Parts: sequence; C-alpha cells; structure tokens
Amino acid sequence: MSASPAYSEEKGGSSSLGEPEYGHDPASGGIFSSDYKRHDDLKEMLDSNKDSLKLEAMKRIVAMIARGKNASDLFPAVVKNVACKNIEVKKLVYVYLVRYAEEQQDLALLSISTFQRGLKDPNQLIRASALRVLSSIRVPIIVPIMMLAIKEAASDMSPYVRKTAAHAIPKLYSLDSDQKDQLIEVIEKLLADKTTLVAGSVVMAFEEVCPERIDLIHKNYRKLCNLLIDVEEWGQVVIINMLTRYARTQFLSPNQNESLLEENPEKAFYGSDEEDSKDDKLDAASLVKRKPYVMDPDHRLLLRNTKPLLQSRNAAVVMAVAQLYFHLAPKAEVGVIAKALVRLLRSHSEVQWVVLQNVATMSIKRRGMFEPYLKSFYIRSTDPTQIKILKLEVLTNLANETNISTILREFQTYIRSMDKDFVAATIQAIGRCATNIGKVRDTCLNGLVQLLSNRDELVVAESVVVIKKLLQMQPSQHSEIIKHMAKLTDNIQVPMARASILWLIGEYCEHVPKIAPDVLRKMSKSFTGEEDIVKLQVINLAAKLYLTNSKQSKLLTQYVLNLAKYDQNYDIRDRARFIRQLIVPTEKSGALNKYAKKLFLAQKPAPILESSFKDRDHFQLGSLSHLLNAKAVGYQELPDWPDEAPDPSVRNVEVPEWTKCTSREKRKEKVEKPFYSDSEGESGPTESADSDPESVSETESESGSSSSSSESGSDSGSRGEESGDQSEEEEEKKKKKKKKGKEGPRKACPESAGSDPSEEEEEQEQGKKGKKKKPQDEGKGASESSWEEGSVSESSSSKSDSGSEAEESQSEPESRRRTTVRGQPPSSKPAPKASRKETKEISLLDLDDFTPAPPQPASSPAIVSTSLVTDLEGLTLTNASLAPTMLSPVFSTVKTYELLHRMAGEGLSVEYYFNRQPFPPDPHMVAVQIQFSNNTESEVKNLRVSEPKLVSGMRIQEFQEIESLAPGDTASVIMGIDFCDSTQAANFQLCTHSRQFYVSIQPPVGELMAPVFMSENEFKKEQGKLTGMSEITEKLTLPDKCQSDHTIVQRVTAAANVSRVPCGADNEYRFAAKTVTSGSLILITLERKEGARAHLTVNSEKMVIGTMLVQDISQALAQ
Amino acid sequence: MIHSLFLINSSGDIFLEKHWKSVVSRSVCDYFFEAQERATEAENVPPVIPTPHHYLLNVYRHKIFFVAVIQTEVPPLFVIEFLHRVVDTFQDYFGVCSEVVIKDNVVVVYEVLEEMLDNGFPLATESNILKELIKPPTILRTVVNTITGSTNVGDQLPTGQLSVVPWRRTGVKYTNNEAYFDVIEEIDAIIDKSGSTITAEIQGVIDACVKLTGMPDLTLSFMNPRLLDDVSFHPCVRFKRWESERILSFIPPDGNFRLLSYHVSAQNLVAIPVYVKHNISFRDSSSLGRFEITVGPKQTMGKTVEGVMVTSQMPKGVLNMSLTPSQGMHTFDPVTKLLSWDVGKINPQKLPNLKGTMSLQAGTSKPDENPTINLQFKIQQLAISGLKVNRLDMYGEKYKPFKGIKYMTKAGKFQVRT
Repeated sequence: MSASPAYSEEKGGSSSLGEPEYGHDPASGGIFSSDYKRHDDLKEMLDSNKDSLKLEAMKRIVAMIARGKNASDLFPAVVKNVACKNIEVKKLVYVYLVRYAEEQQDLALLSISTFQRGLKDPNQLIRASALRVLSSIRVPIIVPIMMLAIKEAASDMSPYVRKTAAHAIPKLYSLDSDQKDQLIEVIEKLLADKTTLVAGSVVMAFEEVCPERIDLIHKNYRKLCNLLIDVEEWGQVVIINMLTRYARTQFLSPNQNESLLEENPEKAFYGSDEEDSKDDKLDAASLVKRKPYVMDPDHRLLLRNTKPLLQSRNAAVVMAVAQLYFHLAPKAEVGVIAKALVRLLRSHSEVQWVVLQNVATMSIKRRGMFEPYLKSFYIRSTDPTQIKILKLEVLTNLANETNISTILREFQTYIRSMDKDFVAATIQAIGRCATNIGKVRDTCLNGLVQLLSNRDELVVAESVVVIKKLLQMQPSQHSEIIKHMAKLTDNIQVPMARASILWLIGEYCEHVPKIAPDVLRKMSKSFTGEEDIVKLQVINLAAKLYLTNSKQSKLLTQYVLNLAKYDQNYDIRDRARFIRQLIVPTEKSGALNKYAKKLFLAQKPAPILESSFKDRDHFQLGSLSHLLNAKAVGYQELPDWPDEAPDPSVRNVEVPEWTKCTSREKRKEKVEKPFYSDSEGESGPTESADSDPESVSETESESGSSSSSSESGSDSGSRGEESGDQSEEEEEKKKKKKKKGKEGPRKACPESAGSDPSEEEEEQEQGKKGKKKKPQDEGKGASESSWEEGSVSESSSSKSDSGSEAEESQSEPESRRRTTVRGQPPSSKPAPKASRKETKEISLLDLDDFTPAPPQPASSPAIVSTSLVTDLEGLTLTNASLAPTMLSPVFSTVKTYELLHRMAGEGLSVEYYFNRQPFPPDPHMVAVQIQFSNNTESEVKNLRVSEPKLVSGMRIQEFQEIESLAPGDTASVIMGIDFCDSTQAANFQLCTHSRQFYVSIQPPVGELMAPVFMSENEFKKEQGKLTGMSEITEKLTLPDKCQSDHTIVQRVTAAANVSRVPCGADNEYRFAAKTVTSGSLILITLERKEGARAHLTVNSEKMVIGTMLVQDISQALAQ
Repeated sequence: MIHSLFLINSSGDIFLEKHWKSVVSRSVCDYFFEAQERATEAENVPPVIPTPHHYLLNVYRHKIFFVAVIQTEVPPLFVIEFLHRVVDTFQDYFGVCSEVVIKDNVVVVYEVLEEMLDNGFPLATESNILKELIKPPTILRTVVNTITGSTNVGDQLPTGQLSVVPWRRTGVKYTNNEAYFDVIEEIDAIIDKSGSTITAEIQGVIDACVKLTGMPDLTLSFMNPRLLDDVSFHPCVRFKRWESERILSFIPPDGNFRLLSYHVSAQNLVAIPVYVKHNISFRDSSSLGRFEITVGPKQTMGKTVEGVMVTSQMPKGVLNMSLTPSQGMHTFDPVTKLLSWDVGKINPQKLPNLKGTMSLQAGTSKPDENPTINLQFKIQQLAISGLKVNRLDMYGEKYKPFKGIKYMTKAGKFQVRT
C-alpha cells in the first residue's frame, strides 16, 4: 500500500483530534512535510542507531495504530527492530507485529527466530511475552512452531509462562482447528496444574476449545472447587460458569422431591409464594413418601465454596455465583443470593441494567427470594428510562396479595412522571398486576379509567389498550366504561388505542346497543383517513353489528365494505371480501353463512398478560444469550439434570497414602466423630494427617504475610486438592487454628518417613508459619483483652503450649453438664451448675435480698464497673478467676418450643427451650437445650446436626452426636447458637442414621440477652448514655392481676433473660441485660404511675431489639 | 472474549481503537451510533447491542463511550465490569480519565491495554501490577528517561503476579508510615410528599490510603460489626477471619484502594438527617405558581449539615422563576428547566429557605407532576449507620504507623417527592 492514502486519511481524521505526538517532535516540523516522505522520516528513525530515536518513531507509529490509521507500509522497517535491546521499543514492536503480521505474513516470518530465542530466555517475563506474541501473530505457516512452543511452555517451571501457554491454546485453535486433539492433551495437562494462576486461564481455554469434553473435569473438580477462592476474579467467573454446567450433568436435582410434588407446573408458578413458606414441611412430607434425596458431597462442596464469592467486589463474580445458586442450589438455599444482587444495584448503570434483567427472570421463578428487598426496586426520577422499565418489571413480578397495595400506591406516583415511555410501561404493569391478582382488579380498572381523562394522549392510549385486555375478563359489569371509551374515539389519535376501542365496542355491542351503530357511523365517515389497523377493526365492528343489529347498520356496513374494497392495502381488501361473503347472504354462500354469528361472536379467551421474562431461565442466567433472549454464538446449553446420578467415583483422585482419610468415606466418618474428641492432640496418625491440609489451607489464606514464594503458593494449592475437602465445619476449623502453632512442628516427624523430601520441607516451612503466627496471636490477645470481653479465654488457648490444656478445661464442664442433663424430663429446671459456680451464686444471692424471686444477677468483667467491684469487695468477688461470666436465673416455668413434631419426625419428637445458662465454649452463643424423645419402635441412631443454613454471621456449636436412642427413651443435649443479636431463625438439618429433617430455631428476643448485674448508679449512668434514638418508651396499663411487685418482676424476667437492678423508688422496676453476641447493654425501666398505668422504657443501642423487647414485655405484662 | 475496544467521544468520533484478535473494522460502530441516536440520551443507550456478526457492549463514563466488540457468548457483566476496570485504571494512571488525557498519553494507554488483556481474556488488572509493568508517566520520569535512555517499561515480571498477595508490590518503602481510612456512607432515600420515608438505604464504603513500608499485616475491628450484614471486600481481606471473628484482616495494597463496601438495607431503620419542607403549587387558571422550600436538620447527632445542594427538574411549562434564597446561591436554567440552589451549611437557628414565584407558559394547563427535589449534603465526622472502627493493629512490621480514621455521611440518591 502506498503512503499517500494513508496520509490523507490521517490528515482528515487528525483535524478533530489534535496531534499531540507530532507537536513536540522537532523532526516532524517543516523538514519532512512532503506527503510522500511522511513515513520516510519514521523509517529513517527506525534505522538509526539511537534507541531514543527508535523509541520516538515507534511511539508515533503506535499512536497511528491507536487512532486506526494505516501504518502497514512501515512493516519492513519495524520488523527489523524486533531484536532491539531496549525493552520499550521491543514491546512497541510487538504491538505493531500483532496488529499487522496477519497482513504481511512473509515479512512476519523474519521475526520468528527472535521469538524462538526468547522462548529460551532465563527471564520468565521474556519467555512469556515471546510466547504471547508468537501465538498472537496469526500466521498459519507457523502453526507447528506454535504447537511446539505451547507444549514446551505448558511444562515450564514458571506458572506465569504456563498461564501464557493456556492463553495461547485458544489462539492456536482459532487459527487451525485441526490441532484440536493435540491441544486437548495440553489442556488436560494444564488442568491438572495446581497453581491458582493457571486455573482460570486453562478453564477459559477448555471452554473455547473443547467444552464438550466434560470428562476432563472429573479429576480436577474438587481441586477447582477448593482453589476457587484464590483464583483471580476473571478466572473465577469462567470457572464458576463451567462448573455450573458440569454440576448439571453430574449431580441430581436437589429440588426433585418438590418438582414431583408439583403436579401442575403452571399452577405452581403463581402459587409458589405459598409453597415457599411451606417448603420445609413439604420437604419433610415428601421425604416420607420417596426415596430420600441425599446431596452428593461434591455438589455441596461446590455450593459451599462458591458462597463466599458473593462478597466479591467484582460484579461479574457475584453474578456468576448467583446464577450457580439459581441453577444448582436447593430451593431453600437460593435466597442467599438476593442480598448480593440487590447490592449490585448500586453499581454503575450498565451493571444495574444487566443485574435487573437477571433479577427479573429470577423473580418470576422464585418470587419469595426478592420480596424482602421490594423497596430496593423503587424507582427514582433520576434513573435512566431503561433502568426504570426493568425495575418496574421486577416490581410487577414481585406483586402479590399482601404487597399489592404498596406497589399500586408506588405506581400512582410513577404515572405522574414526566417520562412518558415510563408512564406507558407503568400502565402496562398495572394491567399485569390486575390480571394476576384478582383482588385488585376493580381498583386497577377504576384507576385506569381515570387515566382516560389524562391530557397526555400516549397515557390515554396505553390505558385504553390495557383496559381492553382487562375488560375482556368480565365485560358484562363494565358497560359504563365501554360507553366512556366510545366517546374517546373523537379525540384519541393513537391508532392502537382507536383499534382497541373499536374492537371492544364490536365485541360487546350488545352491552352498548345504542352507541355502537353511532360509532360505526362516525368511523365510516373518517374511514379513508384511518391507519390500516384501525380500518381492519372498523370492518370487524361493522360485521359484528350487521349480525346483531342489521336493521340499523346494514347500509353502513355495506358502505364500509365498499370503501374497503378499493383500499390500497390488500389485507383490507381481502378482509372486506371475506367478510362480505360471510355475512351477507347470497345464493352461493350457503353453508358458512349460518355460522357467521358463531364465528364472529364466539367467546374469546381473555389474554394473559405475562412477563417478557417468563421462561427466559432456560438460558443460563448471567449469559449474553439470556440477556438477548436468543442463542448467541458459542453458547453452551445448560443441560437438564440427569435422572440417575452418574458415578461419583470418577472424581476421586489418587492420593498418597497419608491423605487417604480425606476421601469421601473418611470425611463422613469425621463428621460422625464426637465434636470435642478431636481436641486431643495426641491422636493417631490419621487424625493429624487429616487436620494437616486444613491448616495448610488456613495458612494459605491466613498467613499471606509470611513471604511465600511462587513454589509455596503452588504447593498449598496442591494440598488443597489432596485434602479434597478443606472447608470443614467452621467450628472444627477454629479449633484447629488454635492448635496450629503446636501441630506444625510435631507433624513434620511422622510424615517425613513416608513422604518425599519436598513435602517434608514444606511441612517445616509450615511449622515456621505456625510459629510465626503465635506471637501475633499473643499480641492480639493482650491488646484485645482490654476491650473485647470474652476474647481472653480464646487468646490464651491459642498460645501454643497451653492450647490443649485450655481446651480440655473448656470441654470439661461442658461434658459434665451434658451428662447431668441427659435423661431429665423436659419440664424440669435447668441443670444445677458446677459446684464452684454454686458457691458464687449464693454469695450473690445474699446481696440481692430485696427481690423476692430473684432473677439471678450476672456479672462480667467488661460490664461490672469498678464501683461495683468495690461494692462487692467484701464478698471477695474481685478474684477474677472465680467470677463466672453469667449466672442463670431459676425459673418455675420454662417455655418449651417444638422443633420437630412426632408426626413429622416419624416418631421422633424434638423439643427445645432456652435454658438461660451461659454457653461456656463460646460466650457469644445462646444455649439451647434440646430434648429428644423416641416414640418409635426401633432405636434411633446417630442423632446429629448437619448442614446449618445460617444467615451470615450466625454460628452454631453443634451438640455431641447421640449415638443411639432406645425406643421410648429421651435424651437432652445442649447446643450453642450465635444468633448475631437478631431474631432470625437458625435453620439446620437434624440427621438420624436414616433420615434428615429440616428444622429451625427462632429465638424470642428476650432470649438473645444475658442478665447483667449493676448498681443503681451504674444503671443511671449507662442509661444516660443511651438516650435519644436508643430509647424506646411505651405507655401501658397493668391489668389487675399484675399489680404486685412479685408478678411484675416475674413476668418481665419470664419474657426476657434479664436481671433486676436495685432501685430506690418503689414504684419503679429496673432490669439490665446485655445481648449475648455483641454485649450491648439493654436497660429496662418500668415506672408505675397512678392507677394501673405504667411507663415502660427500654434503652439499648440495638434499636430493633429494643423495639421488639418493648412489645414482648408489654404483652407479657398485659396477659 | 473481548475482540476489540473502541473509544468514542460524545460527538461521535472514534478516537482510539485496540484489537486483541484480528482487526474488526470500525464500521461496526455504526450500529452503536444508530442505537445512540434512538436512545436520545447517553444514559439510555442499551449496554448490549446485538449486530449481525458481533455484539457491542458499552459503558459510558467521563463522557466517553467504551465500546467492546465481542463475537461469542460471554457473561455480559464480565465485559462491563472489565471496561469499568479499564476506566478506573486510566484514572489511577493519569489522575483523570478524559478524552484529552487519553489522547495525550496514547502510547501508555496502548501499552496498558496490551497488558490488561491477552487474546481478549484479562491478564493483569491489578493497578499495582500494571504500574510495575508500565510506569505511569510523570514529568520527572519523562525528563529522566530522555537523559538516561531508560524506559517506562519494566523488564521483570512483577513479583505480585506470582505471589499469594498479587495486589501488593514488594519492596515498598516510606519514610512516613501512614494508614488512613475513610468511612463514607451515602444515604439513598425516597421521601414522600408528607415527609415520611418510603425507602432508605445506606451504602457505605471504607476507602483506605495505606502507605506502609514492607509487608504489613493489618487488622481492623469494629465496635459494632453486626451492622455490616451485606459486604463486599477487596480481595486482600481474609474472608474466613471475617466469617468467624468479624475482624478485617488483610495485607493492604500499596496506596489508595477500596477496602470494603457495605449495604445497610431498607429493612433496617435508617436515620434521615435532614428534612425538606416544600410548598410548590401550580394553579390551573393563573400563569404564576408558588414555590417555597425549606431545608432543616433532623437526627444529625449534633453534627452540622454542610455542602447542601438542592436541585430540581422543573416541568416543561415553567418559563422562569423569581426566587429569593435566605442564604446561598440559586440558578434556574430556562432551557433545561433545572433549578439548583447551593445552600451551603445549615444553621439550625435560621433554616435556609428559598421562596418565590414561578411563571408558567400562558394557556397551558398545570403540569401533572410536581417536580422531585434532589438533595445533596455532607456531614463530617458521622457515620449515620452508627458504624465505628474500634481499633487498627499492625503485625509483621516493626515500626509504628500513623493511623487515622475519618467518618463522613453524604447524600447518595436522595429524593423528595412533592
């Protein structure tokens, strides 16, 4: 190509762009201004010996490329510099080569040898970039060279080069698809790579080259799941999308029981909101009838390991996880994604747009999921129209009987908007709400009729169209509306609206017998000027009138048909001819004529207004195809669940002897192991080995601080894979973490015998890490102790040498308590405490002599003020080691709640109550006493908790597994739940040897706190701090039977786990507690006024808890 | 994945193109221009535009359309998120991202884009890594380079690329070791006519500026971490630690970054710090309308509300407004019908007030809707959700860093319907 067109093109474009890169270049001034020599100066600069000139020239050339100017004639001059020493020149030459090599293949070959040399360079960056450019230049002749280079790079020791090799695979494939088989081999090899750096890229290559070879994933499945969290974000997206597809082929549907229950899927669609609420019950019921569905542990692994990624800052990752959950998770668990998706709505408007499209699809299938976030979809006047319309779609999908009134009120605001497209969409939405929810149909219709008098024609037209659809459902009652609309034909000009009105009048002409002929008269006058769609409806109207009221309309009809006969549009001519034959009796048209009335005035089914997002979910959510509602190039169908699960053993990986225990069977065994038993450090070799990979994974995420080389990164990755299941129960993990310090070094010895040296080395390194962590923990423990109550014990147990002791002492009282509690009847009082606590109790009791039935005060280091400590000094309370954190009140009535009914549990019934004891393993947990009774004929074995589904932040300390429960026997255990100071239910499964039950524990707000002991002054001081918004007051009237001090105190303490605070005034009662999880104070004051009136005040910085507590207490008092 | 990228300015010039696979003719952008024309406003251009052979995904920021061309199925958010990351990177490199700056630094931009994608798949998107590969241009460096002949391009693989902490550079050194954290909360709210809250949410972020030597390991704890029920983290935050202890533990990237963003949803109680009293009325017969608004503080925990700015899009029928503010400046643009009133600080003793009349087009009937009022404000030293940082500890390094925490509450999308 000659230089001149390139130049003129350049000049043309540059006028608007400015040419900064020429401006400061002295060489480009007057000297080389001639058109033909424009590029000569660049060539000259490129040929010079000076790197700076070369660089300058290359920069100018790249700037040309960037602006889309042709610089291909410089190719020979540029390619010479491919071996330039200056790295920036070299890079720019690469940029140039990649851009133009395709056009100048022969010349491009000159550069190949340089890249081949680069592939052998000791610097990994140079090796990688050589491979990158070599694979990017798209010259078919070098395919064999590329293949060789990729193969070699795939076994390079640098993971970065291996990553580049993975990137090169799709490039080569697009250049020459014949290489597929060889490339698959490379992919297979790279899939086995254990570094996070490679994982994303190779899965990308897999998706582009051989997405159908799902069998390649089997062996790597668990590794990918485990590595996922550490893969870079873009890789995560690709891997998650691929795994979604994989899981669809390999696992059974987790919702199969429900889908079998739903006989009519169509019905289930609208009724799903009720169904959702009954989910758990249905689950249990269906389980009785059918073979129980047990989720494949690998399926669970995927769900568990992707869940944290909902917290990613990258919207694409969040969306990928959301679609994974939508397509793969059991119905009950899908809800977790709603929150994350709603969060994305704050992002850039493009992100919002995509997310809303997906939410729209999801909200049709799973309406309940987004219902709590209804208000997040409210529309602001500043939203772009396309966002408004999508939000409207979601709001409409979410509408149901309970929230429809709020939604309609919101819609009323939208109708007045200045954005008319949006108003039209709102009217459509109202129409859809009206069809879906029968209750509000009349309200909506009236509202829409009012809109008919709107000044804006578009609004009126849209309303007419929607009203027409609504009227079709029950026309008889609405002849008034039809009359009203008939009048509108004079004014409305929008063709669709006119057509709708005419159709309505024609269809229901018997309801408006006087008006209809008149409308036809008017329309026939203006017939020639109408749009086609209106003309067709005029003909229809005429035909229908002719059939019902031929006396008045015969002539008119003939007139209209005659006009139509000569219309320009053949559709209209056809219609006129056809109708004339049909309705006007002649000799020839015998048969059909009789049926004309039936044909025209048949009952027509009302249209179903449904979302355009219905059934879009057959496309994988989050995909481009879903967005466009059309299959995009390269879209991989999301397969249906298989009926029979394929063999799960294909995912088993050969592992070295000592990690065997992490395979499936062993894992199960471990779950069954009593929880506390794994605290002993002196267990057998299997034990230590299986905890080992976990601590590795822990260090991987925890101790990024320790300078870890690439090797350690890759090794820890591989360990993750070998462990198979590194994400164990949180609790267990925490234990391990504490022990890590001491475990590391010890483990190195037994393993060195069987494992290869590199592992041993790593082992030691890990030991070092463990040690390194220790001082940190100590430091933290010391610093924390001052401000975080409860962390004292934790940090002390994390000191390596005292670790096991601390744990033993921790578990000791727990187990002791359990033994005492077991076997007691449910109504009995909470178990007596360990003796040393009892003595304490007594001393405190003496102090608190003025409360008749004392809810026992509690003290905790953080809250007991110094003044109190001095107060109590005489009682030797200052001995901190003796002070129990909390004391439990004694109650005559304990409220029991049902966890599992005898019927639902097939004879196993479970009840629970809040025993108001502190839960020693974790002071932030609420202790729940659970009472099992076996009403069956046979033994129930292996009673345990599994798969807690908790709201984020909530934690469960499971009870020790009950090995067996004889028929007729009862057993009772204690478990701890950290409710995070919310009344959200903790959901989990209760498993027996044969069955599992979904159960949930929902705490009354009063149980979320533990009593605190305070002096009067202290109380006043704290109360002073918690005023304003933290104070909630309510007036109430005390009933007659609730007048005495005793009853009042008893009722309050029954409603909430609080302790009484001494008070000088006798018409005032004070109680104090703190929330279990966060330890925020809750102060309750009940002030009696004259008569039966009283004022209840709750001070707490937790406003929600405060409000609920006020309700609960006033209810308890009013009874 | 991403085939090509076109940068288009508001006047429709394609001022930069980059291809990662074979070249796609820029004529493909004609489909984009068509869509742009149809959308009338820039924000209404659909982010995904299908064409016969390609799909155009675009984002609009800083008055530039970033149009990515793709050919095969790819998660749209993947591309959109990446494009936003490109913009963020430019901003990080050049301070601002504008047409002029991109044109001035076209070579650096090109080099950066080259590193960010390989064959259309993201390669290095962490700005710390990119900055090691291609150093951002500074005046000093340009001068030094011309004299010594050294380059802006790194010749070693950035250490971060391979380590487990890819976001942090190695060998960071500072004489003053400082770590600043800004807790910024934005209130999104819709207030109805009568002043009651229809919906209110808090969007919070913690932006950090960490300039610490070496490899510091930080932990940040909150007084009331329960408030944070929906969070997203910078990848540096150790998720498990957060799950179990509600502590943010992380090795920070060097420089500015967003540590965390969180969302306090509409279900929780959100305190609204200001109220607006308004009286806007149009009369059917007369061509004059009354307009009065007063802004006052409410639940501000004793802090001053500053930087108050009231904007409102008036209906088309409003020809002009004659208003007198009790403080601040106000403008009304008769073309766009946008009223804006820069109030400044709110003095609780003397509430700012804007009062006057609107002249309406004669003969037209009164508008259907009263205008919505958009509010902006700032409250220093207050996080409206009540979030409080408890303490910040550093491990792994010996020196004592200087730590600072700042709180701020701002109005996000704060609308008052009238």
